[in-house]
Amino acid sequence: MTRPMIVAEGLEKHFGTTHALRGLDLDVAEGTILGLLGPNGAGKTTAVRILTTLLRPDAGHAEVAGIDVLRHAPEVRRKIGVAGQNATLDEVLTGRENLEMIGRLFRLPAFEARKRANSLLERFALQEIADRITKTYSGGERRRLDLAGALVAEPPVLFLDEPTTGLDPRGRLSMWDLIGGLAKGGTTVLMTTQYLEEADLLADDIAVIDHGKLIARGTALELKQRTGGERLEILVTNPGQVAAAATALAALSGEKPFVDEAARHVSVPVSSHGGMLTRAVRELDAAGVEVDDIGFRRPTLDEVFLALTGKPTDDETSAPEELAS
Amino acid sequence: MTLRWWIADSLEMVKRNLRHIRRTPELLLDVTLQPIMFVILFRFVFGGAIPIEGTTYVNYLMAGIFVQTIAFAGVYTGVLLANDLKNGMIDRFRSLPMLQSSVLTGRTLTDLLRAMLAVTVMTIVGLLVGFRPEGGVSGGLLAIGVMLTFGFALSWVGVAMGSFVRTPEALQGLMFMTVFPLTFASSAFVPTDTMPDWLRFFAERQPLTLVTNTVRSFMLDGTGGPDAIPALVWSAGLLVAFFPIGLWLYRRRTSQ
Repeated sequence: MTRPMIVAEGLEKHFGTTHALRGLDLDVAEGTILGLLGPNGAGKTTAVRILTTLLRPDAGHAEVAGIDVLRHAPEVRRKIGVAGQNATLDEVLTGRENLEMIGRLFRLPAFEARKRANSLLERFALQEIADRITKTYSGGERRRLDLAGALVAEPPVLFLDEPTTGLDPRGRLSMWDLIGGLAKGGTTVLMTTQYLEEADLLADDIAVIDHGKLIARGTALELKQRTGGERLEILVTNPGQVAAAATALAALSGEKPFVDEAARHVSVPVSSHGGMLTRAVRELDAAGVEVDDIGFRRPTLDEVFLALTGKPTDDETSAPEELAS
Repeated sequence: MTLRWWIADSLEMVKRNLRHIRRTPELLLDVTLQPIMFVILFRFVFGGAIPIEGTTYVNYLMAGIFVQTIAFAGVYTGVLLANDLKNGMIDRFRSLPMLQSSVLTGRTLTDLLRAMLAVTVMTIVGLLVGFRPEGGVSGGLLAIGVMLTFGFALSWVGVAMGSFVRTPEALQGLMFMTVFPLTFASSAFVPTDTMPDWLRFFAERQPLTLVTNTVRSFMLDGTGGPDAIPALVWSAGLLVAFFPIGLWLYRRRTSQ
């Protein structure tokens, strides 16, 4: 196994009485995407700010590309690209000027900075607005330019702090494409997100944090399996029969079913397929329950999060679809 | 090597600041229209009422307007820095492998250019309304040198203030409350002779008076006069004190 490109060990950070990080441990292998998942206030941004040298932790150790973040911040800055939820652009400069300035501050020769700005503008479909000041850019265009800014120096490690928060569905899709392409090129990416869908889709590995601590780590599949594997889910035709359906499924599975009376949904964990579906239909029929829909499915990451933290993810956050309007 | 990067990074920041000025020309109001307005108002409102021994009021006044403008422009550096601190741009700079202090040197060097523009504009307007300096070219250049040194030192005071306050607006208020009284309780617009003793005691010893007297003396007769050394000591002292203070406050502010 190669040495991880990003390492955090026991990171602690207080802000006054707020305990933002409580001994956070992370590691990201070279060329992979780690999705750092958690609700607002979980400590995601604080962790990224520490790893990108913007903030000093109260305790703990961090390394990026094998370099100590606390002791050698300037060397770390040569290896990283950062793009954030608050796209940090100079609003009064044009897109091209922003990229060229970043290139120059990365100590690239002027012609090289120009060349890279050009090719990034092209790659991110920003040529047409390249010479407009960025104040006039749309949210999606700003994020794309911000990400382009993080790539000017072709850094081996990339930190993306909620790269799609606030984007419309189309903007999110094009961002996902760009991020996915980067990892294929060998870049190591640490990406924070509140969207389970995003982590599921892009990340090789997911770290779930809550209240400043790592609470789960694994691939999306592993995390889903941790909450009990597959579930059998039915949609009952008649609301009056929901209770009868729950009893029938409970007998079948031996576990307590999850019932959503209003949605006429009943679901229950099941251990294996082995004729389960036929048996379920027979049992339901015997109990006189009519069913509109029946099927197996894996738990969503939302359910995983609920199982891991004991509370739903959407207490402060909105689903992407709602944000997009 | 480091020096070379420090210069390169600072110049890159100057380039950025000049682009801001080009696209937001209002940023130059305080070094163009505002001093023109002061020259004209003071020249024609007070000009007839205030007799000055040995010269005309406009000849007396110009040094005061120069120094007032330079002082305001110097502290205004802090307002522009506070603006940068308010939006996320500083975070971007801090994640880059540039020398972080070049954000500040870029800022103060830009301010030096603004001060040069102010001096040029005011000299022309002054000459148009009857300003006749007789200190010669060398006197004029020395006067400008004294002003710019003082302005550069004050822009580091501005950096310290800009890193300290929470908002650009707060700094604008603070600036008005400090620089404004200091320019009036000085020899900038009227001789200090008629002030009450307590005020005169203060006015004759504070840096704006010392710098104004020196600039005035260089412009009008080509010699620095008795206040030249104290004026330069003040400028050097402010620079030596506020360069590290400004850097320290900026670092403290940005690492939160």
